[in-house]
Amino acid sequence: MQWPRELFGADGMSREAWSGKDVLSVLDFSRSDFEQLFELASDFADKPGSVRKSLPDRIVATAFFEPSTRTRLSFSTAALKLGAKVIDLSPDSSSVMKGESLPDTVRMLESYSDLIIMRHPSEGAALLASEVSKVPIVNGGDGSQHHPSQAMLDLFTIKRLKGRIDGLRYAVLGDARYARTVTSLLYGLAKYKPKAVYLVSPEGLTMRTEVKDTLDRLKLKTEQVKDVEDVLDKVDVIYMTRIQKERFPDPNEYERVKGSYRITRSTLARAKDALVMHPLPRTNELAYDVDSLPNAAYMEQARLGVPLRMALLDLVLGDRKK
Amino acid sequence: MSDKKTMLVQKISDGTVIDHVSAGKSLSVLRLLGNPQNRGVTVALVMNVSSSKLGRKDILKVEGVELTDEQVQKLALIAPLASVVIIRSYRVTDKKNAVPPKVVTGILSCTGATCISVREKDSVQSIFSLASSSPLSYKCKFCGRVLSEQEISAQLG
Repeated sequence: MQWPRELFGADGMSREAWSGKDVLSVLDFSRSDFEQLFELASDFADKPGSVRKSLPDRIVATAFFEPSTRTRLSFSTAALKLGAKVIDLSPDSSSVMKGESLPDTVRMLESYSDLIIMRHPSEGAALLASEVSKVPIVNGGDGSQHHPSQAMLDLFTIKRLKGRIDGLRYAVLGDARYARTVTSLLYGLAKYKPKAVYLVSPEGLTMRTEVKDTLDRLKLKTEQVKDVEDVLDKVDVIYMTRIQKERFPDPNEYERVKGSYRITRSTLARAKDALVMHPLPRTNELAYDVDSLPNAAYMEQARLGVPLRMALLDLVLGDRKK
Repeated sequence: MSDKKTMLVQKISDGTVIDHVSAGKSLSVLRLLGNPQNRGVTVALVMNVSSSKLGRKDILKVEGVELTDEQVQKLALIAPLASVVIIRSYRVTDKKNAVPPKVVTGILSCTGATCISVREKDSVQSIFSLASSSPLSYKCKFCGRVLSEQEISAQLG
């Protein structure tokens, strides 16, 4: 269902750049696509009373094959606010438990709905679904590979709270190997001009080769640093992730690295006014005493998930001519 | 074929000569072709001869069998520099270079345990795109992992 973008003009600003399109990876979108998304998301965030129900008679399906709190609920809330109805596949109580294949499950969902939001523990699951489905697929996370709507939300949050994405210094702290939020954020930042991107990852959790190759191709420079303390006073944004326990092939390996980094209120004393972001959930890497700091942005980041995903659904599925 | 004036193996009347196979890979090539020697086909192997192109190389002669284009494509995954000559009545009738295909479908397997092409292997065909011709490597369409030349040889050999 992926359409060649040359059909829609090079500026990427036309609605058609989004309309009916699968949302599998931030790599499939241009900076101007993001700007269009952010503009609409700002309208939804700032003028909630004027939201037009642009998706009446539409049915959005959610199919989460692994746990989710914010992504699933914010997408569902977004769909409901736009007037769509939401149906939900619960893998634990469906034929998935009987061994139904993903292609068969997707064929069923596409015949019941106008758009499918899917999360799956396997890399490439959303791509496979998009090849089977006639209705758009929105990737809510596939294994350790992509989480496009999270990266769009992260960039939107930075833009709202810092006023810009270009020219800032970023510290990305945590699991760069398995955290799809990190990979997707870096792919998203590659559309902009960050002043510096520092990666602070425990040994064994540094970027995978294929991700590094892609960033090289996109010409996003990153610098690996050993300790976040080394860059705290330089950065404008601290983006944290938890260590992705569920993706470790060897549980002993997880035990070795868990708890290897932690940000507390006292750690942040040197951090000036750097935004502290986290896609959540957190485990013990982000102390609760950070929550009351004015630059703790993660709850606002989660809140903005609704208007951002409203904008995404509206652009992909809405008919603005009505 | 050989850098000696005398031939190590006699000419074949009909069949295929596969030259410029990296030294040590000829048995893998035979396996890729389905071990034709087990079906009564005459096969001659010349192993580890000197080559200006490869340093050392293997050569195969398979009597009475002509490689299909698909087999030549597969051959390129093990021996990317191989050349294939089809012989009929002692005359060369066709020459093909084993060019690594841009896309390989259903032949290679992803090494990522969590890749959807592995988890759903009964309902999904693996698809790899050429990442590099030399050294040979292929990238999984679904998860982006790259298979090295050694991994490809191990899978097909």
